[in-house]
Amino acid sequence: MPRPVLFLLAGLCLLAAGCGGESSSRAMYERHIVNIAGSTSVMPFTEKLAEHFMVEQPTFIVNVQSGGSTAGIQACMNRTVGIGMSSRELKPDEKALNEITICLDGIAMVVHPDNPVTSMKLSQVRDIFSGKIKNWRELGWLDRRIDAVTREEGSGTRGAFEELVMHKDEIDDGIMVQDSNGSVKEVVATDPYAIGYVSLGMLDTRVSGVTVDGVRPTVEAIKKKQYKIVRPFLYLTMGTPTGDSLTFINYVLSKDGQVLLKKEGLIPVHEF
Amino acid sequence: MSSNKAVFKERIIKQILTAFAFSSLLFLFLIFAFILVEGLPLFYKAGVKNIIFGMKWAPTRGFFGIFPMIVSSFLVTFGALVIGGPLGLGCAVYLAEYAGRQQKMFLKPALELLAGIPSVVYGFLGVLYIVPFIRTFFGGSGFSLLATSIVLGIMILPTVISISYDALMSVPRSYREGALAMGSTKWQSTWRVVIPAAKSGILASCILGMGRAVGETMAVIMVAGNALKIPGGLLDPLRTLTSNIALELSYASGDHRLGLFSTGVVLLFIIMVLNYFANFVIRRTVIK
Amino acid sequence: MRVNPRLTDTLVRHLLNMQAYFTVGILVIIVFIIFIKGISNCSLSFMLTYPEDMGRHGGVFPAIVGTIFLVALSILFATPLGLGTAIFLTEYTKESLLTTIIRFGVESLAGIPSIIYGLFGFIFFVIKLKMGWSLLAGALTMTIMILPTIIRTSEEAIKAVPKNLRIVSHSLGATKWETTVKVVLPSAAPGILTGIMLSIGRAVGETAAVIFTMGSSLRLPTSLMESGRTMAVHFYILAREGISMEKAYATALVLVMSILAINIFAYYMMNKVTAKYS
Repeated sequence: MPRPVLFLLAGLCLLAAGCGGESSSRAMYERHIVNIAGSTSVMPFTEKLAEHFMVEQPTFIVNVQSGGSTAGIQACMNRTVGIGMSSRELKPDEKALNEITICLDGIAMVVHPDNPVTSMKLSQVRDIFSGKIKNWRELGWLDRRIDAVTREEGSGTRGAFEELVMHKDEIDDGIMVQDSNGSVKEVVATDPYAIGYVSLGMLDTRVSGVTVDGVRPTVEAIKKKQYKIVRPFLYLTMGTPTGDSLTFINYVLSKDGQVLLKKEGLIPVHEF
Repeated sequence: MSSNKAVFKERIIKQILTAFAFSSLLFLFLIFAFILVEGLPLFYKAGVKNIIFGMKWAPTRGFFGIFPMIVSSFLVTFGALVIGGPLGLGCAVYLAEYAGRQQKMFLKPALELLAGIPSVVYGFLGVLYIVPFIRTFFGGSGFSLLATSIVLGIMILPTVISISYDALMSVPRSYREGALAMGSTKWQSTWRVVIPAAKSGILASCILGMGRAVGETMAVIMVAGNALKIPGGLLDPLRTLTSNIALELSYASGDHRLGLFSTGVVLLFIIMVLNYFANFVIRRTVIK
Repeated sequence: MRVNPRLTDTLVRHLLNMQAYFTVGILVIIVFIIFIKGISNCSLSFMLTYPEDMGRHGGVFPAIVGTIFLVALSILFATPLGLGTAIFLTEYTKESLLTTIIRFGVESLAGIPSIIYGLFGFIFFVIKLKMGWSLLAGALTMTIMILPTIIRTSEEAIKAVPKNLRIVSHSLGATKWETTVKVVLPSAAPGILTGIMLSIGRAVGETAAVIFTMGSSLRLPTSLMESGRTMAVHFYILAREGISMEKAYATALVLVMSILAINIFAYYMMNKVTAKYS
């Protein structure tokens, strides 16, 4: 029955033509659109920057999508977005991208506020996540299994954690996995026996940060280079940034942007 | 009457309608084609055995084993059936055999409304109520096989209830009347006559319920804990095929993404087998 | 030992009765929890204001608009396709291998889990057709997802229209199409509407297929090619990331109440149809 199939194909073509028309008609509006995608760790802060930026520059529209560092890097490479966000260092084959460090971020080990174990050695953290330490008793608390939570494969925070904490050890398969800073924090905030790691900017009263090797995870400790589990938040562009993307990046690196990031618990790259 | 024009118009309309009717097949074809085209190459590259029976999932380092997830998917499906099956069948039997007209008018729609509650809401309430309950009273983190089975058990209820209800209702009235006339009680006639006669439909309802459980994603991600190991007990966390895809899809690139499509291929295969069985069972009854 | 059959009968009756009310109880508890915890934060202004700080403050206006756009578009696409298929299957062809194959296709589509739709929409619409995360990609994915529901309910509604109506129409000289449009469809309208309402309910509550095709941008989408967020996706993100439990409950309240209202209306229509023909 070839005729109906032909009709259907014709329909699909019309549809495709419709989409094409849509995207070209959009160019008629004089609007500045910046598309940003990538790391779920950088996303909330970019979202906040974008909110303030759009108040200052009403002709701008900043679309912020999460999706993960790797997706952000990919999207930036094939020019789906103007700016990619990454919460890990670039791999050699990704170095073609232009990287702009917008701020530094510590990764804090977090436990429930009721948990008396507030200090650990880095090696103990490593042993918990590689499955060698399984019980809180081994850390001097009660006899209860440790509910460790990690991030999913591909996450920038996990990548940085593996690099800075795990070194050559692998994260154990029996450990729970959540797919964002927020959901790791939710698990830790509700389960007294849990431990996880989140962006320093996410710390609040609902979870408490663990002192690692005698150093509390604070902005000051990172600035003094005492707290070692630190990674950069990167904006990525294909070539040097131009046009609307540049306007937004300049805002982020300006005093307003950097002060905002500082207020969120991150470590700005420029001090004003 | 300009009959020529009318005939021509009729013919065009028929062509258009035929094309519309083929759209479902076209969509089905596209879905299969794209999932397979993206998912199959990795089976060649990494080896079918290493994927389906591989124990280690570390896609960024070249390990694509999804065996633990296949096992976990079956475990939660079975768990859902253990919890939702008897409850759902009980409801269906009550509705079909015992409930009065008035009661039915209220119960039937109320039970069907359960199907309308979005899966994220089930997951949300699971995290806030079921997970802490399990943590407090049974131990572990609460994100577990048990929590997932309970949430999925509730989610499959509407499927189990409505399909087994239809099966029970399609048993001819004369069966029941015959049994009752011979002096049996309502339950004897139900248990000995009606349920055996509706056996296939009830079985189909359970299989379709399983299909629902295997395919559920968001609620499972929220309560399962998503660990990569095969759970050693009811209180251990686990990761199903569906949650593997949804957890990592937006992050993945290259082989990692292909690995998620391979997961999709296996999931699609399991679903198709279940649906085939359900259809087979139903069709057999219809022919009988 | 012989068990008294009468006693067993009574016991079983009570047991089954309890099971049925227990199950209804689950629904009541779910709705009750959402209502109690959500009502204090849910107001007209919550529905009509923009969210701030990722939804920690403010309302859900863009998510409501995003939901309405997504649902309206997918219904717009799926209704002609689904209704056309149903008309073809019932009025324009006899049962044959062809109808069996088409029905098989529809049944198979209905059985595919939403995450597979998400995967497909992501690779096909978002990446291959270069739509990006957009309203259009989301709506097209959702169209395919709700198509089986619309086809099946429309088919049943059309089948339920008495044969003699058609015969009368034909004998008055109407063509098949005229008969379909002027006689059959008006009679079947409530049933078809039921299917559309059920589809709306499904689309409003869907998350997995939407989040990977429509994205999760919190902005108000102003064109088909822009990303947006539905209520269900917004609720999922609020709850899962622990952004704000109060806002999550309030969003859930709007979500659940609108779905319940849609479904209750659908069942009401369906009852009217069954009452008419039985």
